[in-house]
Amino acid sequence: MNSLVIAEHSNIELKPSTLNTVTAARILGDDIDLLIAGKNCGAIADEGAKISGIAHVWLTDGPEYEHQLAENMAPIIADLASNYSHVFAPSSTFGKNIMPRVAALLDVQQISDVVAVESEDTFVRPIYAGNAMATVRSNDSVKLITVRTTAFKAAEMGGKAKQEIGPCKEDSGLSGFVKRELSKSERPELTAAKVIVSGGRGMQNGENFALLEALADKLGAAVGASRAAVDAGFVPNDYQVGQTGKIVAPELYIAVGISGAIQHLAGMKDSKVIVAINKDEDAPIFQIADYGVVGDLFKVVPELTAELDK
Amino acid sequence: MKVLVAVKRVIDYNVKIRVRADGSGIETNNVKMSMNPFDEIAIEETIRLKEAGKVDEIVAVSMGAQQCQETLRTAFAMGADRGIHVLTESTLEPLAVSKLLRAIVQEENPDLVILGKQAIDDDSNQCAQILAGLLGWGQGTFASKLDFIGRKVEVTREVDGGLETLWLALPAVISTDLRLNEPRYASLPNIMKAKKKTIHQKKPEDYGVDISPRLETLKVETPPTRATGIKVANAAELAIKLRDEAGVI
Repeated sequence: MNSLVIAEHSNIELKPSTLNTVTAARILGDDIDLLIAGKNCGAIADEGAKISGIAHVWLTDGPEYEHQLAENMAPIIADLASNYSHVFAPSSTFGKNIMPRVAALLDVQQISDVVAVESEDTFVRPIYAGNAMATVRSNDSVKLITVRTTAFKAAEMGGKAKQEIGPCKEDSGLSGFVKRELSKSERPELTAAKVIVSGGRGMQNGENFALLEALADKLGAAVGASRAAVDAGFVPNDYQVGQTGKIVAPELYIAVGISGAIQHLAGMKDSKVIVAINKDEDAPIFQIADYGVVGDLFKVVPELTAELDK
Repeated sequence: MKVLVAVKRVIDYNVKIRVRADGSGIETNNVKMSMNPFDEIAIEETIRLKEAGKVDEIVAVSMGAQQCQETLRTAFAMGADRGIHVLTESTLEPLAVSKLLRAIVQEENPDLVILGKQAIDDDSNQCAQILAGLLGWGQGTFASKLDFIGRKVEVTREVDGGLETLWLALPAVISTDLRLNEPRYASLPNIMKAKKKTIHQKKPEDYGVDISPRLETLKVETPPTRATGIKVANAAELAIKLRDEAGVI
């Protein structure tokens, strides 16, 4: 058995999701290689080579791979995959975009969002917004897997892998990059944050999110939101936590003015400690909260922020 | 321009699902079924393109049991022109769905395929990407905005860090995210008109596609539930609990 892990990175930094994915792969053994495809990303390959458990790093470096377009990435992954029993990628928008296209090229049924690796062919994955867990066995010759990163710890650094030149192909001509508008924030990324403060429809408008930002800054937390808050235009799409947004599992999740639709709970119910602040005492969020405060968030949140100074 | 959309019949998003006692799957008897919400967004987008004069014909596809025809009628009532129903009682995995869609694309020759990014039952998020790979077309996944410029489409995508815009050569496959549009409700006259639109019924064998599953579901279980916690009176008490009891701040 040997596995290939597809690294997620921005050409500037290796994303933490790569480390969680390596841990999932290591359950099956330590014969793991890492593919880093990008442009001018030699430093990323050096960093990837230090991840514990990685034997070889494939470095595919070229302009065709700068934006990691699925049309260019899938063919090189499919080429490499014939040498491996398993290919793992994080179930982020990066992995979700690329891996099914690889599956098409290999005629394999990919397994999405794996939360447990039971054996070389058996995996557990959530279905119905995490309201059921399915254990599935794959009969395909190569197992293609995307990993729910919150279910696996980050791999440690301390390895010393060899680097080799990875496969390279011509640009597909099917697609190209136009622009990227990334949210700029000094706060940690949602999927990597230890503490998250999230707001819902109860926030009433985008300006009121300043209350949550003040609390988040005290806690070193990321700021998230429910779908209702994103749809209402309070905050950008990348804040969304839920079934179809980001899946998070921080040490502490503070849900403010969020009623707790099952689609939202799907994205945060594996958090270690959940706090709910809501004026509606019947809000479903209280059913999964460890600590609930029934009250006016515009009073409770500033008070909590002030308490943290004590 | 001709557009193909696919619509899946799923358990309604408001229903609290129940795992079957024998662990074989999810109870679907006597449960309200609806069109997958992301597919509603796909249909809505094609209708807006037609209203803008960019699309001439909308072909809707659904796969599964006989009742999928109800889902197609919903698509018609919203504005789709005609339908193809691939009748099967077997469970279709994303790879099989995309192979059937490829066969339909080869017959229909659309300029664009728009699919929901994920079905809210199996949560796989695969079909559009597989279909694009099988056809050798470009893919614009998790789309929140489409701009057609000549024989290209610019797709704004919802990615983890924010938004990303790509161009795709047509024909191409798009998958819809939540912010692409807000689907309309069908009007009564349109619901009546939908009854007259035609559905061609096919079977997987008609397309020569092998739909046998690659995955075997060994069991389906209810996840462990969280114990209900406690209510505290105010922020001061909450801070104490988080500091001294939970140790998270």
